[in-house]
Amino acid sequence: MIEFRGVTKQFPDGTVAVRDVDIVIPPHKTTVFVGSSGSGKTTLLRMINRMVDPSGGQVLIDGTDVATVDPVRLRRGIGYVMQNSGLLPHRKVIDNVATVPMLRGTKKREAHAHALELLDTVGLDRSLADRYPSQLSGGQQQRVGVARGLAVDPNILLMDEPFGAVDPIVRAELQQELLRLQGELGKTVVFVTHDIDEAFLLGDQVVIMQQGGKISQAASPAEILAHPADAFVADFVGADRGKRALHLTEVDGRSIVVDADGRPAGVLTS
Amino acid sequence: MNWLWSNLDLVGELIIVHLALSVPAIILSFVVSVPIGWLAHRYRWSRGVLLSLCALLYAIPSLALFIALPAFTGLSLRSPVNLVIALTLYGIAVIVRTAADAFDAVERDVLQSATAVGYSATGRFWGVELPLAGPVLLSGLRVVIVSTVSLATVGAVIGVQSLGSLFTDGFQRGIQVEIVTGIVATIALALLLDWLAVLAGRVLMPWTRAGATRGRASRASGSPARLAAQGEGS
Amino acid sequence: MNLFVDALAWLTDPANWTGAGSIPQRIIEHLWISAVVLVIAAAIALPLGGVIGHTGRGREPAVMVSGGLRALPTLGVLTLFALWLGIGLQAPVIALVILAIPPLLAGAYAGFESVDRRTVDAARAVGMREVQIVGKVELPLSLPIVVGGIRSATLQIIATATLAAYVSDFGLGRFIFAGLKTRDYGEMLGGSLLVIILALVVDGGFALTQRLAVPAGVRAARTAENTELRSGPTRPRAVVGRPIIEGNQE
Repeated sequence: MIEFRGVTKQFPDGTVAVRDVDIVIPPHKTTVFVGSSGSGKTTLLRMINRMVDPSGGQVLIDGTDVATVDPVRLRRGIGYVMQNSGLLPHRKVIDNVATVPMLRGTKKREAHAHALELLDTVGLDRSLADRYPSQLSGGQQQRVGVARGLAVDPNILLMDEPFGAVDPIVRAELQQELLRLQGELGKTVVFVTHDIDEAFLLGDQVVIMQQGGKISQAASPAEILAHPADAFVADFVGADRGKRALHLTEVDGRSIVVDADGRPAGVLTS
Repeated sequence: MNWLWSNLDLVGELIIVHLALSVPAIILSFVVSVPIGWLAHRYRWSRGVLLSLCALLYAIPSLALFIALPAFTGLSLRSPVNLVIALTLYGIAVIVRTAADAFDAVERDVLQSATAVGYSATGRFWGVELPLAGPVLLSGLRVVIVSTVSLATVGAVIGVQSLGSLFTDGFQRGIQVEIVTGIVATIALALLLDWLAVLAGRVLMPWTRAGATRGRASRASGSPARLAAQGEGS
Repeated sequence: MNLFVDALAWLTDPANWTGAGSIPQRIIEHLWISAVVLVIAAAIALPLGGVIGHTGRGREPAVMVSGGLRALPTLGVLTLFALWLGIGLQAPVIALVILAIPPLLAGAYAGFESVDRRTVDAARAVGMREVQIVGKVELPLSLPIVVGGIRSATLQIIATATLAAYVSDFGLGRFIFAGLKTRDYGEMLGGSLLVIILALVVDGGFALTQRLAVPAGVRAARTAENTELRSGPTRPRAVVGRPIIEGNQE
């Protein structure tokens, strides 16, 4: 369990990225922080592995204040996946996946063997192991990034807009892959995105952030749609307009779900 | 050509002497420049000062430096050490800027991600930052190799033996072949060392051969062109 | 430190400041030859480099020639030409021109190449002629780099002209070689100091020119970029909200 207690982040130049945030991130679930630029969602994520230290309040992992843990040790125990994969361009795929275990002192042979298994896990062919990141497609790089994040079998996996830079088709694929993986592994996933659809798709808990680093609402997707906390949330999730205001229409004896603009959104199967 | 055949021993000997002058200077200037370049990259306030100092050093004509240096070091004018120090200073003047550019060109995302997965500060420098700056550092090293080998010949006029002795001797005795031999040998030596550096780069940085790298690599590859524009002092 | 006292004594000796071979005469000789060489070399290299940079044709040979010429030992070229042409001024002038071409050529084509192709494309799209593109777009935008090439060529000419006194009777290098012959370290060092001061003054002048050569719009953009760099990472999409401050990363 990860807990933010009255967390504030003010940068030396005076801007406040996060203001007095209290939130509990439940274990073995996916929590998605969603908001536009400047809402402080990435700052919150980075406080978990001490890439950023809060200027007020505490971040606790299983009851331990992260401020008391050596940052390098902390990071080696938490999976991290970022946009553009963040792979080391000068190391082969296999070495990238094995990076953290080897930093922790695992023997190279052992780390490599495990890395190959991880490539299977994320749906990559083992023949890619000896390539360099620049020789992979964007989607493949992201998968390697996920494999690296899983390499030390962390309880916590931080994902910072991991699918932000790939095209929509690959993105949909990666999202499904993540759902499958999470179904098997049950990690505590903290995911940051600005895409509300992605948040609703992946999140067990969705945290909607607004400008200035304040939480507007934290709840399950269904709860948010049913009871948006305020006008900002309602507007952000589009509950009262466009494609979320759905209604049914009959076409050739089947029930088609149609949005407010008349675009078909799906089929109702009983 | 008769001169060449009867003096092959001399040429061979001078090649060795020339290497003994230029190789230490090349290695020293590289080893000293990398940390200075890193400082200039890391601390913005130091950048202007360090790079301006290098530009000043670079502007000093070599012959004048060779002669002025003993006044500071107390070494003899004809001492090879004096020449090696001067050549090292020139090498530093050239590589520091490239080294700063090399570190600038390393993608911040990659460094951030290295930190995020748990590299320590020093581990990150040796394992990530330095290797990724490698290709641009190599381009700077190559410029220094060529200019140092060429510059070392100037020492001959103040009495430090090198392939340049073939120029002074050939000029005084009116033997053109001797001078041409010296020019060819100097260029050949420069190309040989350059080739060795490229080879070492391929072995140490295998990823640079693995197709086009993305992102800022394009900026980094712009540097050799600018280096070419810097030309060479003499 | 008494070496410097010797040099100072030599520099302040009134006998060295008048007549044939005096300090002022040698300085003027040095500057005059350097200027002549620079003009000739620039007349050859700059248009050539501009054409190469503008058309993109002949780049490979230009890179090879300017790179290859850089490996050429200056002393070898000077002595060889002196043997061919005698001890007059022709030999050093020709040698100096040859040696000044690589940095000028490299500066010119690197400068033209540095201009964003999209800017050139846009200029063509709004209807500029090729000559206008060169004169109104490429030349102003590439000027800082071209001037940089001229700067390093000039420094090289001044340096090599010093060395040229080995084969010809001109310039400040004469003091150095005269001192070497008579083992007069004061004269050698004094001559060297004069050369160093001359080079630094000329270089300073160029540094100023180079700064002025940056078009105002480019300068403005550059300042903005620098400020952004100073305040943190330049890739806003990677960091939402405020940039991560360096101190927090470790």
